[in-house]
Amino acid sequence: MKFGILVNEGPYQHQASDSAYQFTKAALEKGHEVFRVFFYHDGVNNGTRLATPPQDDRNITVRWAELSDKYNLDLVICIAAAQRRGIVDEEEMKRQGKDASNLAPGFRISGLGQLIEAGIQSDRLIVFGD
Amino acid sequence: MGMLHVVNKSPFEKTSLDSCLVYAKEGAAILLIEDAVYAALKDTAVADKVRAALKKCKVYALEPDIKARGMEVAKVIDGIDVVNYGGFVDLATAYDNVHSWV
Repeated sequence: MKFGILVNEGPYQHQASDSAYQFTKAALEKGHEVFRVFFYHDGVNNGTRLATPPQDDRNITVRWAELSDKYNLDLVICIAAAQRRGIVDEEEMKRQGKDASNLAPGFRISGLGQLIEAGIQSDRLIVFGD
Repeated sequence: MGMLHVVNKSPFEKTSLDSCLVYAKEGAAILLIEDAVYAALKDTAVADKVRAALKKCKVYALEPDIKARGMEVAKVIDGIDVVNYGGFVDLATAYDNVHSWV
């Protein structure tokens, strides 16, 4: 079966991104396809490479990136939500005249159309939020 | 099969479980995750409500979230099935659609 995953909350504040990760991992391990994970609202904070949680804590961003690497998982950050919250890739850095970019490896920034497409292409869209 | 309702809020804090119980049709399933696992415990103020729901719906609770909150699976209301994340995935495939009461 094909799943789409929507993450609406940031890491370390709510359990939503942990639950979304565990669900996605379990689905992939069972041989299902995950068409896309879409990060919306505060969920875009899952995709900053500058976060440094303590060594004995889970690194939510790195964990997503590793899953993406292993299963070729499409991790998409909403551009409008990202701009508001200072999540920037190289292209946006140049376009907005910023002095740095902070998008984590394995993630890409795109538009809300990617969520609509995930909803259409997937058999089930599972929402994780607060 | 019908709809899988996913509830993630404590019934002692928010009313999402009540809303879910109003809309859940006979044959639907309710999965309690995150803080909603508190609704799965025996002898609480909402236990009767959950037992009543069991008469028309299947009710499941996520074991890792029960354990993360220091609760024992043995104290879960009889008739509620305890599942792990793999079981969550199986439920999402078994039911026709999934609604998260976030």
